[in-house]
Amino acid sequence: MKIPSLREAGAEAKLLLVGIPVFIWTMLPLYHMFLFAISPKEDAFSGKIWPDHPTLRNFGIVFRQEHYFLRDFYIQFWNSTVIALAVGALTLLIATAAAFAISRLRVRGGRTIMNLALFTYFIPAAFLAVPMYRTMGIYGLLNNHWALILAMVTIAAPYAIWVLKQASDKLPVELDEAAVVDGATTLQLFRLVYVPLMMPSLVAVGTYAILLAWNEYLYAFLLLSKDVELTLPVALGNFLAADDSPWELLMTTGVIYALPPAAIYYVFRRYMVSGLTAGAVKS
Amino acid sequence: MATMTLSTNEAAPRGPLSSWLTPAQTWGVLLVVPYLLVFCAFVVYPVSYGFWLARNPASYVALANDPIFARAAVNTLIFLVVGINIKMLIALFLSGFFVQQRAWIRWLSVLFILPWAVPSIPTILSVRFMLNPEWGMINQIIFKLTAEDGPNWLNEPSIALTMAILMHIWKSLPFWTLILVTGRLAIPQDLYEAAEVDGASGLQKFRFITWPSMQTLYLTCTLLSMIWTLGDFNSVYLLTGGGPADLTHVLSTLGIRYLRLDRLDLAMASIVCALPLVLPLVYVMMKRLSR
Repeated sequence: MKIPSLREAGAEAKLLLVGIPVFIWTMLPLYHMFLFAISPKEDAFSGKIWPDHPTLRNFGIVFRQEHYFLRDFYIQFWNSTVIALAVGALTLLIATAAAFAISRLRVRGGRTIMNLALFTYFIPAAFLAVPMYRTMGIYGLLNNHWALILAMVTIAAPYAIWVLKQASDKLPVELDEAAVVDGATTLQLFRLVYVPLMMPSLVAVGTYAILLAWNEYLYAFLLLSKDVELTLPVALGNFLAADDSPWELLMTTGVIYALPPAAIYYVFRRYMVSGLTAGAVKS
Repeated sequence: MATMTLSTNEAAPRGPLSSWLTPAQTWGVLLVVPYLLVFCAFVVYPVSYGFWLARNPASYVALANDPIFARAAVNTLIFLVVGINIKMLIALFLSGFFVQQRAWIRWLSVLFILPWAVPSIPTILSVRFMLNPEWGMINQIIFKLTAEDGPNWLNEPSIALTMAILMHIWKSLPFWTLILVTGRLAIPQDLYEAAEVDGASGLQKFRFITWPSMQTLYLTCTLLSMIWTLGDFNSVYLLTGGGPADLTHVLSTLGIRYLRLDRLDLAMASIVCALPLVLPLVYVMMKRLSR
C-alpha cells in the first residue's frame, strides 16, 4: 500500500467531510427503528444509543401475536403479500400487452395512449385518491382487496408502459420480420420472440409494481377498513391511535415489514436502476 | 430462432374489423384494450366524477371561509418552493460526491439508497418517536449535552412543518441523487480532461461543463418532483397528522381530511383549487416528455 500524498489526503478528507454526515443522515431513522426492535421496553425509552440488554424478544412477541395490536399480524402480512403479487402480475400483463401493441405492432393511436399514460403518471397520487375512493364505492369494491389491487395497477401501469415501450423500441425490427417470414403468428411473435428478449425490463417493471403495492399506505388506508382486510402498513399506522402505543413492538413490526422490499431491491438492484432511471431520465 | 416453426395459419380472430385491419393490427387493438379499460374505469371516470362533485360554487365559499384551507395552501407553497429547491440542490451537490471513484463511496451509495427502498411508514414513525419531546432520542441527547430540554418538535407549527419537509427530503433525496448521478455519468469525460489541461478550477469545471449539460435534466427533475410532492400524503400525515391544531396540513392531507369528514365536495374543491398550480406543471412535463 502506497502512502498517499498530502494533496490526496486532503481530497480524501474533503470527501469524508461529506460522506460522514450523509451516512448519519441516511442511517439515523433506520438505526433508531432497529434499536427499538432489539430493546426491551424499559431500555427503549431511555434514550441510549445501544441497549444494555439487546434482545430478540420483541420479534418473538410479534411472531406469536402476543399483543392485542398484533392479533391479525399473519393475516395482514398475507394480505400485503397477495395484493403486492397480484398487482405485479396484473401490471405486467396489461403493460406488456400494451407496450407490445404500441411498439411492435404499431397500433393506430399508440402515441395517444402513451400520452394518456403519461398524464396519469402526472396526477398527484393523493389528488386522484379522493375521487377514486368514491368511484370504488360506486363500483361496490370498497373493503375488498380488488379495490386496492385495481387502484395500484392504475398507478403502476402508466410507468410500466413507458419503461417497456422504450425498451422494446430498442429491439431490432429485423427480429420481428424474420419471425414473420418464418410464418410466426402475432401471438407466437409475442410469446417466443418478444417476451424472452424483454425479460430484464419485465423483471424491473414487475419488481417496481410489487414494491409499489407493498409500500402503499394512502390507498390501502382509504379503501380497506376491517382489521382482517388491512395490509401491514395500515395496521402499523393504526398503532398510533392508542395513547400507550407499544412503540418497541411497532418498530419491530416495522423492521419485519421493511425487510422484504429492501431485500428484493438489493437482489434486483441492477435491473431496477437501469430499467427505472432509463424511464425517468428521458429528457 | 430454432423454435420458430413454419406455421401459416393466423390465429387472430376474424371479426367484421378484419376487412380493414390486418391480423397484426387486430391483435394490436385487442392488446391495448385492457389498459384502456383500466384507464377509463379508474382515471377518466373518477376524475370527471370528481369535477362534477366540485361544481357547486358554495363549496368554494365554504373552503375560503375555512382558515385551515388558507394555511394548507401556504404550507403547500412553502413545501414546494423551499422544500423542493433545497432537496434538488442537495441532490445536485451529492451527485457530484457519488460519481467519485472510491470503494467506500460505492459502499455508501448502496446504503444511501435505503430510504428510498424501504417503505415510508415504519421510518416516518421512527422519526416521529425520535422527535418525541420527553422520550425521543433527539431531546434526550440534547438534555445530556446541554442539561436543558430540547424543543417540542411537533407541537410548534413552524418546526413541525420543517420536520415534515425534512422527512420528505430524507425519503426522496436518494432517488433524485441517483437520477442526477446518471446525468453526470453521461457527460463526456474528455471535456473534463481538456479543462484540466487548461488549468480550470473545480468550480469552473462545474460552471462551464457540468451545469450546462445538466440544466435541462435538473429542471425536468425539479418539475416532476413538484408534481409528485403535491401528492405526498405520508410525510405530513404520519409525522404531524396535520397538527398541531390543523396548522401543518398541505393540500393533499387536507383533501383526505375532508374526505374522512364525509365532505367530499370540499375535498374535491380543495383539489380543484390546486389545479392552477398543477396544470402548468403537467403541461410543461407532457411537452418535454411526449416527443
